[in-house]
Amino acid sequence: MKEQLIQRYSAPERINHWIVAVCFILLAISGLAFFYPAFFWLTGVFGTPQLARIIHPFVGVVMFLAFLRQFFRYYHHNFIDAEDVKWMKAVGTVMKGGEVGDTGRYNGGQKGMFWLMSGCMALLLLSGIVAWRPYFAASFPIPLIRVALLVHASSALALIAGIIVHVYAALWVKGTIRAMVEGVVTHAWARKHHPRWYREMTGNKR
Amino acid sequence: MALQSLDILRRSATPTATPQVRNTVEVAKLIDVTTCIGCKACQVACSEWNELRAEVGTNIGVYDNPVDLSDQAWTVMRFNEVEENGKLEWLIRKDGCMHCADPGCLKACPSPGAIIQYKNGIVDFHEENCIGCGYCVSGCPFNVPRISKQDNKAYKCSLCSDRVAVGQEPACVKTCPTGAIQFGSKEDMKEVAATRITDLKKRGYDNAGLYDPAGVGGTHVMYVLHHADKAPLYSGLPQDPAISATVSLWKGLLKPVATLGIAAAGLFGFFHYITVGPNRADDEHAEDEKETVK
Repeated sequence: MKEQLIQRYSAPERINHWIVAVCFILLAISGLAFFYPAFFWLTGVFGTPQLARIIHPFVGVVMFLAFLRQFFRYYHHNFIDAEDVKWMKAVGTVMKGGEVGDTGRYNGGQKGMFWLMSGCMALLLLSGIVAWRPYFAASFPIPLIRVALLVHASSALALIAGIIVHVYAALWVKGTIRAMVEGVVTHAWARKHHPRWYREMTGNKR
Repeated sequence: MALQSLDILRRSATPTATPQVRNTVEVAKLIDVTTCIGCKACQVACSEWNELRAEVGTNIGVYDNPVDLSDQAWTVMRFNEVEENGKLEWLIRKDGCMHCADPGCLKACPSPGAIIQYKNGIVDFHEENCIGCGYCVSGCPFNVPRISKQDNKAYKCSLCSDRVAVGQEPACVKTCPTGAIQFGSKEDMKEVAATRITDLKKRGYDNAGLYDPAGVGGTHVMYVLHHADKAPLYSGLPQDPAISATVSLWKGLLKPVATLGIAAAGLFGFFHYITVGPNRADDEHAEDEKETVK
Protein backbone atom coordinates (compact mmCIF):
# COMPACT_ATOMS: atom_id res chain seq x y z
CA MET A 1 0.00 0.00 0.00
CA LYS A 2 1.31 3.43 -0.89
CA GLU A 3 2.00 5.42 2.29
CA GLN A 4 -0.44 8.22 3.00
CA LEU A 5 1.19 11.61 3.57
CA ILE A 6 0.17 14.96 5.01
CA GLN A 7 1.95 18.22 4.11
CA ARG A 8 3.27 19.72 7.39
CA TYR A 9 5.73 22.39 6.23
CA SER A 10 5.77 24.21 2.87
CA ALA A 11 9.03 24.84 1.01
CA PRO A 12 9.27 28.49 2.18
CA GLU A 13 8.75 27.35 5.76
CA ARG A 14 11.51 24.76 5.43
CA ILE A 15 13.93 27.22 3.86
CA ASN A 16 13.11 29.68 6.63
CA HIS A 17 13.78 27.02 9.28
CA TRP A 18 17.12 26.00 7.83
CA ILE A 19 18.34 29.60 7.52
CA VAL A 20 17.72 29.98 11.25
CA ALA A 21 19.33 26.59 11.95
CA VAL A 22 22.53 27.31 10.00
CA CYS A 23 22.84 30.77 11.58
CA PHE A 24 22.29 29.22 15.00
CA ILE A 25 25.06 26.66 14.54
CA LEU A 26 27.56 29.29 13.39
CA LEU A 27 26.57 31.58 16.26
CA ALA A 28 26.66 28.85 18.89
CA ILE A 29 30.12 27.71 17.80
CA SER A 30 31.62 31.20 17.72
CA GLY A 31 29.71 32.26 20.84
CA LEU A 32 30.94 29.29 22.86
CA ALA A 33 34.45 30.19 21.68
CA PHE A 34 34.08 33.62 23.26
CA PHE A 35 32.58 32.09 26.41
CA TYR A 36 34.96 29.19 27.10
CA PRO A 37 38.70 30.02 26.89
CA ALA A 38 39.54 26.39 26.12
CA PHE A 39 37.21 26.49 23.10
CA PHE A 40 38.56 29.78 21.74
CA TRP A 41 39.87 27.89 18.70
CA LEU A 42 36.26 27.46 17.59
CA THR A 43 36.43 31.10 16.44
CA GLY A 44 38.09 29.43 13.44
CA VAL A 45 34.57 28.73 12.15
CA PHE A 46 34.75 32.28 10.75
CA GLY A 47 38.42 32.16 9.74
CA THR A 48 40.19 34.13 12.48
CA PRO A 49 39.26 35.29 16.00
CA GLN A 50 38.93 38.89 14.86
CA LEU A 51 36.72 37.88 11.93
CA ALA A 52 34.57 35.84 14.28
CA ARG A 53 34.10 38.90 16.51
CA ILE A 54 33.18 41.01 13.48
CA ILE A 55 30.89 38.51 11.70
CA HIS A 56 29.08 36.97 14.72
CA PRO A 57 26.70 39.93 15.29
CA PHE A 58 25.76 40.22 11.62
CA VAL A 59 24.87 36.53 11.47
CA GLY A 60 22.93 37.15 14.69
CA VAL A 61 20.81 39.80 13.00
CA VAL A 62 20.10 37.43 10.08
CA MET A 63 19.05 34.73 12.54
CA PHE A 64 16.81 37.15 14.42
CA LEU A 65 15.07 38.39 11.29
CA ALA A 66 14.57 34.86 9.97
CA PHE A 67 13.26 33.77 13.35
CA LEU A 68 10.94 36.77 13.45
CA ARG A 69 9.34 35.50 10.24
CA GLN A 70 8.91 32.12 11.92
CA PHE A 71 7.44 33.76 14.99
CA PHE A 72 4.69 35.34 12.94
CA ARG A 73 4.12 32.09 11.06
CA TYR A 74 3.63 29.99 14.20
CA TYR A 75 2.74 32.04 17.27
CA HIS A 76 -1.00 31.44 16.83
CA HIS A 77 -0.39 27.67 16.89
CA ASN A 78 1.47 27.96 20.18
CA PHE A 79 -1.03 29.27 22.70
CA ILE A 80 -0.99 26.84 25.58
CA ASP A 81 -4.32 25.12 26.32
CA ALA A 82 -5.63 22.56 28.82
CA GLU A 83 -4.44 19.60 26.70
CA ASP A 84 -0.92 21.03 26.76
CA VAL A 85 -0.98 21.37 30.54
CA LYS A 86 -2.06 17.73 30.72
CA TRP A 87 0.85 16.87 28.41
CA MET A 88 3.36 18.82 30.48
CA LYS A 89 2.19 17.22 33.73
CA ALA A 90 2.57 13.76 32.24
CA VAL A 91 5.91 14.43 30.53
CA GLY A 92 7.30 11.26 32.19
CA THR A 93 4.85 9.10 30.26
CA VAL A 94 5.75 10.97 27.09
CA MET A 95 9.44 10.30 27.66
CA LYS A 96 8.70 6.57 27.80
CA GLY A 97 7.17 6.81 24.34
CA GLY A 98 3.53 7.16 25.40
CA GLU A 99 1.10 9.75 24.12
CA VAL A 100 -0.80 12.09 26.42
CA GLY A 101 -3.81 14.24 25.63
CA ASP A 102 -5.54 15.10 22.38
CA THR A 103 -2.55 16.92 20.90
CA GLY A 104 -3.09 19.41 18.08
CA ARG A 105 -0.50 20.74 15.64
CA TYR A 106 2.02 21.14 18.46
CA ASN A 107 2.30 19.45 21.84
CA GLY A 108 2.96 21.15 25.19
CA GLY A 109 6.70 20.61 24.95
CA GLN A 110 6.91 22.09 21.47
CA LYS A 111 4.89 25.11 22.56
CA GLY A 112 7.08 25.64 25.60
CA MET A 113 10.11 25.41 23.33
CA PHE A 114 8.59 27.98 20.97
CA TRP A 115 8.21 30.54 23.75
CA LEU A 116 11.65 29.76 25.19
CA MET A 117 13.21 30.33 21.77
CA SER A 118 11.21 33.52 21.21
CA GLY A 119 12.25 34.92 24.59
CA CYS A 120 15.91 34.03 24.10
CA MET A 121 15.96 35.51 20.59
CA ALA A 122 14.54 38.81 21.83
CA LEU A 123 17.01 38.98 24.73
CA LEU A 124 19.92 38.03 22.45
CA LEU A 125 19.07 40.76 19.96
CA LEU A 126 18.66 43.49 22.58
CA SER A 127 21.73 42.58 24.62
CA GLY A 128 23.72 41.93 21.46
CA ILE A 129 23.06 45.44 20.18
CA VAL A 130 24.13 46.97 23.49
CA ALA A 131 27.44 45.06 23.41
CA TRP A 132 28.07 45.43 19.65
CA ARG A 133 31.40 47.10 18.89
CA PRO A 134 32.33 49.29 17.24
CA TYR A 135 28.82 50.40 16.18
CA PHE A 136 26.59 50.63 19.25
CA ALA A 137 28.40 49.79 22.51
CA ALA A 138 30.06 53.19 22.79
CA SER A 139 26.61 54.80 23.03
CA PHE A 140 25.67 52.84 26.16
CA PRO A 141 26.89 53.25 29.75
CA ILE A 142 29.41 50.62 30.88
CA PRO A 143 27.19 49.17 33.69
CA LEU A 144 24.46 48.51 31.10
CA ILE A 145 26.98 46.79 28.79
CA ARG A 146 28.01 44.55 31.71
CA VAL A 147 24.38 43.51 32.24
CA ALA A 148 23.98 43.01 28.48
CA LEU A 149 27.01 40.70 28.33
CA LEU A 150 25.64 38.60 31.21
CA VAL A 151 22.16 38.47 29.65
CA HIS A 152 23.61 37.63 26.22
CA ALA A 153 25.66 34.72 27.57
CA SER A 154 22.85 33.41 29.80
CA SER A 155 20.15 33.53 27.14
CA ALA A 156 22.51 32.01 24.56
CA LEU A 157 23.24 29.11 26.89
CA ALA A 158 19.54 28.62 27.61
CA LEU A 159 18.89 28.62 23.87
CA ILE A 160 21.72 26.14 23.21
CA ALA A 161 20.35 23.76 25.87
CA GLY A 162 16.87 24.24 24.39
CA ILE A 163 18.08 23.50 20.87
CA ILE A 164 19.77 20.32 22.06
CA VAL A 165 16.36 19.19 23.35
CA HIS A 166 14.71 20.38 20.10
CA VAL A 167 17.16 18.44 17.93
CA TYR A 168 17.02 15.36 20.14
CA ALA A 169 13.23 15.32 20.09
CA ALA A 170 13.32 15.42 16.30
CA LEU A 171 15.82 12.54 16.19
CA TRP A 172 13.95 10.52 18.78
CA VAL A 173 10.47 10.76 17.27
CA LYS A 174 10.98 8.98 13.97
CA GLY A 175 9.44 10.62 10.95
CA THR A 176 9.83 14.13 12.34
CA ILE A 177 12.96 15.18 10.45
CA ARG A 178 11.12 14.36 7.24
CA ALA A 179 8.60 17.08 8.08
CA MET A 180 11.32 19.73 7.99
CA VAL A 181 13.32 18.20 5.10
CA GLU A 182 10.69 16.89 2.67
CA GLY A 183 7.80 18.77 4.25
CA VAL A 184 5.59 15.74 4.80
CA VAL A 185 4.64 13.31 7.56
CA THR A 186 2.85 9.97 7.38
CA HIS A 187 -0.73 9.51 8.53
CA ALA A 188 0.53 7.13 11.20
CA TRP A 189 2.92 9.76 12.54
CA ALA A 190 0.25 12.43 12.66
CA ARG A 191 -2.35 10.14 14.20
CA LYS A 192 0.05 9.00 16.92
CA HIS A 193 1.70 12.28 17.86
CA HIS A 194 -0.81 14.95 16.86
CA PRO A 195 -4.24 13.29 16.77
CA ARG A 196 -6.31 16.51 16.82
CA TRP A 197 -4.23 18.00 14.02
CA TYR A 198 -4.57 14.71 12.10
CA ARG A 199 -8.34 14.92 12.28
CA GLU A 200 -8.30 18.57 11.22
CA MET A 201 -6.06 17.82 8.25
CA THR A 202 -7.76 14.69 6.99
CA GLY A 203 -11.34 15.15 8.08
CA ASN A 204 -11.15 11.64 9.54
CA LYS A 205 -13.00 11.06 12.77
CA ARG A 206 -10.06 9.28 14.30
CA MET B 1 55.70 36.25 24.64
CA ALA B 2 56.68 39.73 23.74
CA LEU B 3 59.12 40.33 26.58
CA GLN B 4 61.15 37.31 27.55
CA SER B 5 62.61 39.11 30.54
CA LEU B 6 59.26 39.41 32.31
CA ASP B 7 57.68 36.28 33.72
CA ILE B 8 53.92 35.95 33.35
CA LEU B 9 51.56 35.56 36.29
CA ARG B 10 48.30 35.51 34.36
CA ARG B 11 47.35 35.37 30.70
CA SER B 12 43.84 36.16 29.48
CA ALA B 13 41.60 33.23 28.51
CA THR B 14 44.27 30.69 29.42
CA PRO B 15 43.16 27.94 31.78
CA THR B 16 46.61 26.40 32.29
CA ALA B 17 49.69 27.66 34.15
CA THR B 18 51.81 30.46 32.72
CA PRO B 19 55.64 30.58 32.86
CA GLN B 20 56.34 32.05 36.28
CA VAL B 21 59.20 30.24 38.00
CA ARG B 22 61.47 33.24 38.38
CA ASN B 23 61.14 35.39 41.46
CA THR B 24 60.54 38.79 39.92
CA VAL B 25 60.23 41.74 42.28
CA GLU B 26 56.76 43.28 42.41
CA VAL B 27 57.00 46.85 41.17
CA ALA B 28 54.82 49.89 41.68
CA LYS B 29 54.48 53.46 40.49
CA LEU B 30 53.72 55.89 43.27
CA ILE B 31 51.91 59.09 42.28
CA ASP B 32 52.05 61.66 45.04
CA VAL B 33 49.04 63.80 44.20
CA THR B 34 50.05 66.25 46.95
CA THR B 35 53.33 67.05 45.19
CA CYS B 36 51.98 67.20 41.64
CA ILE B 37 51.94 70.66 40.02
CA GLY B 38 49.90 69.64 36.97
CA CYS B 39 52.61 70.44 34.40
CA LYS B 40 51.62 67.50 32.17
CA ALA B 41 55.25 66.57 31.51
CA CYS B 42 54.17 62.96 32.21
CA GLN B 43 51.58 63.18 29.42
CA VAL B 44 54.24 64.44 27.03
CA ALA B 45 56.78 61.83 28.07
CA CYS B 46 54.18 59.08 27.63
CA SER B 47 53.28 60.42 24.22
CA GLU B 48 56.95 60.59 23.17
CA TRP B 49 58.10 57.23 24.46
CA ASN B 50 55.06 55.35 23.19
CA GLU B 51 54.89 57.24 19.88
CA LEU B 52 51.36 58.49 20.54
CA ARG B 53 49.90 61.73 19.27
CA ALA B 54 46.44 62.61 20.54
CA GLU B 55 44.55 65.07 18.38
CA VAL B 56 45.02 68.68 19.41
CA GLY B 57 41.88 69.38 21.44
CA THR B 58 40.00 72.53 22.31
CA ASN B 59 39.88 74.37 25.61
CA ILE B 60 36.81 73.21 27.54
CA GLY B 61 37.21 75.79 30.31
CA VAL B 62 39.50 73.76 32.56
CA TYR B 63 43.07 72.54 32.19
CA ASP B 64 42.09 68.98 31.18
CA ASN B 65 43.58 68.35 27.75
CA PRO B 66 43.17 65.83 26.23
CA VAL B 67 39.80 65.72 27.94
CA ASP B 68 39.82 61.94 28.28
CA LEU B 69 41.97 58.86 27.90
CA SER B 70 42.10 57.49 24.37
CA ASP B 71 44.04 55.06 22.24
CA GLN B 72 46.44 57.98 21.70
CA ALA B 73 46.44 59.24 25.31
CA TRP B 74 47.29 56.56 27.85
CA THR B 75 47.55 59.01 30.71
CA VAL B 76 45.75 62.31 31.31
CA MET B 77 45.86 64.81 34.14
CA ARG B 78 42.45 65.46 35.65
CA PHE B 79 41.97 68.79 37.42
CA ASN B 80 39.32 69.34 40.05
CA GLU B 81 38.64 72.37 42.25
CA VAL B 82 37.11 71.57 45.65
CA GLU B 83 36.62 73.30 48.96
CA GLU B 84 38.01 71.35 51.87
CA ASN B 85 38.63 72.69 55.40
CA GLY B 86 37.39 76.11 54.30
CA LYS B 87 40.07 76.40 51.65
CA LEU B 88 40.07 76.07 47.90
CA GLU B 89 42.05 73.03 46.85
CA TRP B 90 43.18 72.24 43.34
CA LEU B 91 43.31 68.45 43.15
CA ILE B 92 45.25 67.14 40.19
CA ARG B 93 45.28 63.43 39.46
CA LYS B 94 47.28 61.69 36.79
CA ASP B 95 44.75 59.14 35.50
CA GLY B 96 45.61 55.94 33.69
CA CYS B 97 45.78 52.20 34.20
CA MET B 98 46.13 51.21 37.86
CA HIS B 99 47.69 47.81 37.08
CA CYS B 100 45.42 45.93 39.50
CA ALA B 101 46.63 42.75 41.18
CA ASP B 102 43.19 41.32 40.29
CA PRO B 103 42.64 42.89 36.86
CA GLY B 104 39.02 43.04 35.70
CA CYS B 105 40.13 43.54 32.09
CA LEU B 106 42.09 40.29 32.12
CA LYS B 107 39.23 38.44 33.79
CA ALA B 108 36.79 39.60 31.12
CA CYS B 109 39.06 39.13 28.08
CA PRO B 110 38.05 36.14 25.89
CA SER B 111 41.18 36.13 23.70
CA PRO B 112 44.16 34.05 24.84
CA GLY B 113 47.22 36.21 25.38
CA ALA B 114 45.61 39.56 24.56
CA ILE B 115 46.08 40.66 28.18
CA ILE B 116 49.13 39.65 30.17
CA GLN B 117 49.83 40.21 33.84
CA TYR B 118 53.55 40.01 34.40
CA LYS B 119 54.89 38.60 37.62
CA ASN B 120 56.19 42.06 38.50
CA GLY B 121 52.58 43.27 38.56
CA ILE B 122 52.37 45.08 35.22
CA VAL B 123 49.16 44.42 33.28
CA ASP B 124 49.90 44.72 29.58
CA PHE B 125 47.71 44.57 26.48
CA HIS B 126 49.18 42.60 23.58
CA GLU B 127 47.18 44.13 20.77
CA GLU B 128 48.19 41.53 18.18
CA ASN B 129 45.89 39.11 20.03
CA CYS B 130 43.12 41.62 20.68
CA ILE B 131 39.87 40.89 18.82
CA GLY B 132 38.21 44.24 19.62
CA CYS B 133 35.24 42.89 21.57
CA GLY B 134 35.57 45.53 24.31
CA TYR B 135 35.05 43.05 27.16
CA CYS B 136 38.07 44.63 28.92
CA VAL B 137 36.20 47.95 28.97
CA SER B 138 33.36 46.23 30.84
CA GLY B 139 35.74 44.41 33.16
CA CYS B 140 37.73 47.46 34.26
CA PRO B 141 36.53 49.11 37.51
CA PHE B 142 38.46 52.31 36.63
CA ASN B 143 37.17 52.91 33.09
CA VAL B 144 40.63 52.84 31.56
CA PRO B 145 40.85 50.74 28.36
CA ARG B 146 39.98 52.53 25.12
CA ILE B 147 39.14 50.88 21.79
CA SER B 148 40.91 52.51 18.86
CA LYS B 149 38.71 53.71 16.00
CA GLN B 150 41.68 53.10 13.73
CA ASP B 151 42.17 49.37 14.30
CA ASN B 152 39.39 48.37 16.79
CA LYS B 153 41.92 47.18 19.35
CA ALA B 154 42.15 48.08 23.03
CA TYR B 155 44.91 50.34 24.33
CA LYS B 156 46.02 51.62 27.71
CA CYS B 157 49.11 52.43 29.81
CA SER B 158 51.66 49.61 29.69
CA LEU B 159 53.57 50.99 32.68
CA CYS B 160 56.32 51.14 30.04
CA SER B 161 56.75 47.36 30.35
CA ASP B 162 59.39 47.62 27.62
CA ARG B 163 61.46 50.04 29.72
CA VAL B 164 60.89 48.19 32.99
CA ALA B 165 61.99 44.94 31.34
CA VAL B 166 65.45 46.44 30.78
CA GLY B 167 65.74 48.01 34.20
CA GLN B 168 64.47 51.50 33.46
CA GLU B 169 61.63 53.38 35.09
CA PRO B 170 58.49 54.34 33.10
CA ALA B 171 58.78 57.45 30.90
CA CYS B 172 56.39 59.51 33.06
CA VAL B 173 58.48 58.78 36.15
CA LYS B 174 61.71 59.74 34.43
CA THR B 175 60.34 63.09 33.31
CA CYS B 176 58.41 64.25 36.41
CA PRO B 177 60.11 67.48 37.54
CA THR B 178 58.84 67.49 41.13
CA GLY B 179 59.39 63.85 41.98
CA ALA B 180 55.65 63.40 42.36
CA ILE B 181 55.91 60.16 40.37
CA GLN B 182 58.30 57.55 41.70
CA PHE B 183 58.96 53.99 40.68
CA GLY B 184 60.47 51.00 42.45
CA SER B 185 59.54 47.82 44.24
CA LYS B 186 56.02 47.93 45.65
CA GLU B 187 57.47 47.44 49.12
CA ASP B 188 59.78 50.46 48.75
CA MET B 189 57.03 52.61 47.29
CA LYS B 190 54.81 51.86 50.28
CA GLU B 191 57.62 53.03 52.54
CA VAL B 192 58.11 56.24 50.57
CA ALA B 193 54.38 56.81 50.77
CA ALA B 194 54.29 56.20 54.52
CA THR B 195 56.99 58.85 55.11
CA ARG B 196 55.08 61.35 52.99
CA ILE B 197 51.77 60.56 54.69
CA THR B 198 53.31 61.13 58.14
CA ASP B 199 54.56 64.48 56.86
CA LEU B 200 51.11 65.40 55.46
CA LYS B 201 49.41 64.47 58.73
CA LYS B 202 51.79 66.80 60.60
CA ARG B 203 50.70 69.57 58.23
CA GLY B 204 47.06 69.10 59.13
CA TYR B 205 45.88 66.60 56.50
CA ASP B 206 44.50 64.17 59.06
CA ASN B 207 43.01 61.87 56.44
CA ALA B 208 46.07 61.69 54.23
CA GLY B 209 46.69 58.15 53.08
CA LEU B 210 47.81 55.68 50.47
CA TYR B 211 45.42 54.57 47.70
CA ASP B 212 46.13 50.88 47.14
CA PRO B 213 42.57 49.53 47.03
CA ALA B 214 42.10 46.03 48.46
CA GLY B 215 38.95 45.41 46.39
CA VAL B 216 41.13 44.76 43.33
CA GLY B 217 43.86 43.03 45.34
CA GLY B 218 45.88 46.24 45.54
CA THR B 219 47.28 48.13 42.57
CA HIS B 220 50.69 48.63 41.01
CA VAL B 221 49.97 52.31 40.50
CA MET B 222 49.30 53.88 43.88
CA TYR B 223 48.35 57.39 44.91
CA VAL B 224 49.24 59.44 47.96
CA LEU B 225 46.06 61.44 48.64
CA HIS B 226 45.51 64.30 51.08
CA HIS B 227 41.94 63.07 51.49
CA ALA B 228 42.19 59.29 51.28
CA ASP B 229 38.73 59.07 52.84
CA LYS B 230 37.24 61.02 49.93
CA ALA B 231 38.76 59.44 46.83
CA PRO B 232 35.91 60.61 44.54
CA LEU B 233 37.09 64.21 45.07
CA TYR B 234 39.96 63.34 42.75
CA SER B 235 37.91 63.49 39.55
CA GLY B 236 35.82 60.45 40.39
CA LEU B 237 38.47 58.06 41.70
CA PRO B 238 36.39 55.15 43.11
CA GLN B 239 36.60 54.81 46.90
CA ASP B 240 36.35 51.01 46.98
CA PRO B 241 36.84 49.73 43.44
CA ALA B 242 36.14 46.06 42.73
CA ILE B 243 35.32 43.97 39.70
CA SER B 244 31.57 44.38 39.09
CA ALA B 245 29.41 41.56 40.49
CA THR B 246 27.80 41.28 37.05
CA VAL B 247 31.19 40.59 35.46
CA SER B 248 32.10 38.10 38.22
CA LEU B 249 28.85 36.23 37.67
CA TRP B 250 29.34 36.20 33.89
CA LYS B 251 32.96 35.06 34.08
CA GLY B 252 32.48 32.94 37.22
CA LEU B 253 29.38 31.02 38.24
CA LEU B 254 27.74 31.06 34.80
CA LYS B 255 30.48 28.85 33.31
CA PRO B 256 30.07 25.75 35.51
CA VAL B 257 26.27 26.18 35.47
CA ALA B 258 26.31 26.36 31.66
CA THR B 259 28.64 23.38 31.36
CA LEU B 260 26.41 21.28 33.59
CA GLY B 261 23.27 22.38 31.75
CA ILE B 262 24.60 21.67 28.27
CA ALA B 263 26.25 18.40 29.31
CA ALA B 264 23.05 17.28 31.08
CA ALA B 265 20.95 17.97 27.98
CA GLY B 266 23.37 16.10 25.72
CA LEU B 267 23.93 13.13 28.03
CA PHE B 268 20.24 12.81 28.82
CA GLY B 269 19.46 12.58 25.12
CA PHE B 270 22.13 9.96 24.53
CA PHE B 271 21.14 7.71 27.42
CA HIS B 272 17.46 8.16 26.72
CA TYR B 273 17.94 6.97 23.16
CA ILE B 274 19.98 3.89 24.08
CA THR B 275 17.61 2.90 26.88
CA VAL B 276 14.06 3.91 25.92
CA GLY B 277 14.85 3.80 22.21
CA PRO B 278 13.31 5.64 19.29
CA ASN B 279 9.66 6.59 19.18
CA ARG B 280 8.17 5.06 16.01
CA ALA B 281 4.69 5.62 14.71
CA ASP B 282 4.77 3.06 11.90
CA ASP B 283 4.81 0.04 14.24
CA GLU B 284 1.53 1.03 15.75
CA HIS B 285 -0.09 1.51 12.39
CA ALA B 286 -1.66 -1.94 12.30
CA GLU B 287 -2.78 -1.65 15.89
CA ASP B 288 -4.39 1.73 15.21
CA GLU B 289 -6.39 0.26 12.39
CA LYS B 290 -8.06 -2.14 14.78
CA GLU B 291 -9.05 0.52 17.27
CA THR B 292 -12.57 1.77 17.17
CA VAL B 293 -13.67 5.38 17.35
CA LYS B 294 -13.23 6.66 20.87
